[in-house]
Amino acid sequence: MIEIKDLHKSYKMGSNELHVLKGINFNVAEGELVAIMGSSGSGKSTLLNILGMLDEADAGSYTLDGIPIKNLNEKIAARYRNKFLGFIFQSFNLIGYKSALDNVAMPLYYQGVKRAERTEKAMHYLEKVGLANWSDHLPNELSGGQKQRVAIARALASEPKVLLADEPTGALDTKTSYEVMDLIQGINDEGKTILIVTHERDIANMTKRIVNLKDGIIIDDSKVEQVKASANV
Amino acid sequence: MFNRDRWSEIIEALTSNWFRTILTAFGVLWGIFILIVLLAAGKGLENGVKKDFDGIATNTMFMWTQIASKPYKGLPKGRRFNYRVNDVEALKQNVPELKFVSPRNQLGGFGGSNNVVRGLKTGAYNVYGDYPEIIEQQPMDITMGRFVNYGDIDEKRKVAVIGEGVQREMFEINENPIGDYIKINGVNFMIIGTYKKKSNNGDAEEAQKEIYVPFTSFSQAFNRGDKVGWMAITAKDGYSITELKTEVFDIIKERHTIHPEDNRAIGNFDLYAQYQKIERLFTALRIVGYVIGILVLISGVIGISNIMLIVVKERTKEIGIRRAIGATPWSIRGQILLESVFLTIISGMVGIILGSGLIYLINYILDSSGPVDMFANPSINLGVVMIALSILIISGLLAGLLPAQNAIRIKPVDALRTE
Ligand SMILES: Nc1ncnc2c1ncn2[C@@H]1O[C@H](COP(=O)(O)OP(=O)(O)O)[C@@H](O)[C@H]1O
Ligand SMILES: [Mg+2]
Repeated sequence: MIEIKDLHKSYKMGSNELHVLKGINFNVAEGELVAIMGSSGSGKSTLLNILGMLDEADAGSYTLDGIPIKNLNEKIAARYRNKFLGFIFQSFNLIGYKSALDNVAMPLYYQGVKRAERTEKAMHYLEKVGLANWSDHLPNELSGGQKQRVAIARALASEPKVLLADEPTGALDTKTSYEVMDLIQGINDEGKTILIVTHERDIANMTKRIVNLKDGIIIDDSKVEQVKASANV
Repeated sequence: MFNRDRWSEIIEALTSNWFRTILTAFGVLWGIFILIVLLAAGKGLENGVKKDFDGIATNTMFMWTQIASKPYKGLPKGRRFNYRVNDVEALKQNVPELKFVSPRNQLGGFGGSNNVVRGLKTGAYNVYGDYPEIIEQQPMDITMGRFVNYGDIDEKRKVAVIGEGVQREMFEINENPIGDYIKINGVNFMIIGTYKKKSNNGDAEEAQKEIYVPFTSFSQAFNRGDKVGWMAITAKDGYSITELKTEVFDIIKERHTIHPEDNRAIGNFDLYAQYQKIERLFTALRIVGYVIGILVLISGVIGISNIMLIVVKERTKEIGIRRAIGATPWSIRGQILLESVFLTIISGMVGIILGSGLIYLINYILDSSGPVDMFANPSINLGVVMIALSILIISGLLAGLLPAQNAIRIKPVDALRTE
C-alpha cells in the first residue's frame, strides 16, 4: 500500500539546516496497523505529513497504492488527500461552528457528493463511532474522547485507503485513549490500513507493528503481539 | 459554484461571528447610502429648479433692439432702430428651423402710471400686443373664455385676455368679466378670457396682472404702425436657438443696415443658454455625488478587505483542516471571494434600501407639508441602482482578492501545526 525509499527531509532555519529525515525506507501492506514511535522531535510528524501529502520530501520516492507521489500541484494533492487518506490529529481539528454531522460530511462535500447522500453517509459513520445521538452538537459540546470519535468518523467518511493518525490519544486520558484505540483496532480489523504516530509504549503495543525512529533513521521495525484495547478498558 | 452547499457554507461562516460581520458591512452600507441620498438630493434640487421652467419652451430667446454702435454704409453710430412686422416674415422665410417668431409690443410696465380704467376702478398693468403662438412659448392656463386667435388678429378686434389679478382688482367677486369692457389708455377693449399663470417664482403675483390683446389691434389702437417692440423666437425641436441666433441676427442687421460686426445693436436673452447652464450645474452636482459616494464606498470596501484579511488569519487553522480533507486552492479562494462579494452586496442592498427609505420619507413629508422652494421629488432611477450594484459586485471581488490569496499562501502543514 505504502512504499517509501530513501526519504530525506530537512528544514532550513536561517543559515542552519536541520536534517530531520535521513533516509527512511519502509513499506506498509494493506490492512496493517503500524505504530511509528520515537522521542519528541525525532521526525515522526514530519514523516506522517509527507505520507499525508501535506508536505513534500526533499529526496526519495513515495508510492501510494501504486501511484507515485511526486511533484503534485496543490489541486491534485488535495484530490489525492481526499480520495486516499483520512487524517486523525492530536488536537482533533474539528471545525468549531459546524455540527458533528457536518464535520463528518465535509470530505464528502469536497468530493461533490449530494447533500442527502452526504448526510446519510456521515450519519452512518457517526453511528459507527457511537455518536449518532450527538450528530447536531457542536464540537465544544463534546468531550475529548467524543471529539476524537467525530474526527475518526470524518476520516472514514471519504472511505480512504489509509488512515494517518498523529498522536490520536495525545490529548486524552488513559481510559479514553484505550476506548479510542479500541475503535481504531475495530476499524483495522475490518481491513483498513492505519498508521499511528505515538510516543507512548502502551498505545504502540495495541498495534501490530512498531517502527522506531531515532535521529532521522529507522532503528527498529518489528511485528508485535497486538494487545487488545478492550482488555484494558 | 452557486449551489446550495456553497451558500450555506458562506452563511455559516458569516453568521458564526455576527458582530464582526455587521461591523464590516456597515462601511459599505454607509457608502452606498450616501451615494444614493446625494444623487437623490441632487435630483430633488434639479426637479425643484426645473419646475420654474415647467411648460416654458426653453428653446426660446427674446430679442430687442439697442443702439447701433458702429457706423455703416454712411449711417452714423448711436442710431436707434425698430423691428418691423415684415422682419417677422423675413425671419420665418429665411430660417426654416424656427418654430415660432412672435412679434410683441408692450405698454405700461413696472411701476408705470395707471393705464387701465373700468368705471371708477383704475390700475397699472402690463399690456401686451401678441400673436396666438405666445401661449405656446409662455404657457398660461385659460380659466375662462378663450385666448387671442387669428380671427382677432386679422380683423383687429379690440379684445383682451386679462389675468386673474386684473380680474380681482377691476371686477367684483361674482361679476362675470367676459363680454364686459375695460379702457386701456382710453381705448375700449372687450374681455374674452381670463388666465392664470403657473409659476412658483417670487413674481407669481405680478404674473397674474397682465393683459393680452391682439398684436394688430394693439398697433392700431396705440399708433405703433408696423413697429415691433421685441420678439420671442423659438427653434424647432432638434435645433438649438443658441446655434440659430447668429443667423437671425445677420438677417436683422442686413435689413436694418447695421454693421455685420456690430454686436451691441441687438439685445437678446437666451433661455436655452440659461437652461443649458443649469443643466451643466446639475451634471456637475451629480458628478460630485458620485465621487463622494464612491470614495466613501471605497473606504467601506477597504474595510471589508481588512476584515477579510483578519478573518482569513483567524481561520488559518480551519483552512488547513479543509485542505487536509480535500479542499482545492480554488475552492478556498472561491469561498473567501464569495464571502466578500456576498457581504458587500448584502450590506450594499441594505444601504440602498435605507437610502430609498429616507428618500421616500422626505417625499412623504414634502407631499404632506406642501411644496418647498427649489426642491421637489428627490428620486433615484433604476439605472443608478444598477450601477451601484455592479460597483458593489466588482468592489466585493476586489476586496476579497488579497485575503483569498492569503488564505492559500500558507501550506496546509504550517496551518495545522499545533505548537
Ligand atoms: N516547519 C518546520 N520548520 C523548522 N523546523 C521544523 C519544522 N517542523 C518540524 N521541525 C523540527 O523538526 C524536528 C522534527 O519535528 P517533528 O516531525 O514534529 O517531530 P515529532 O513529531 O517526532 O515530535 C523537530 O526538531 C522540529 O523542531
Ligand atoms: Mg509530532
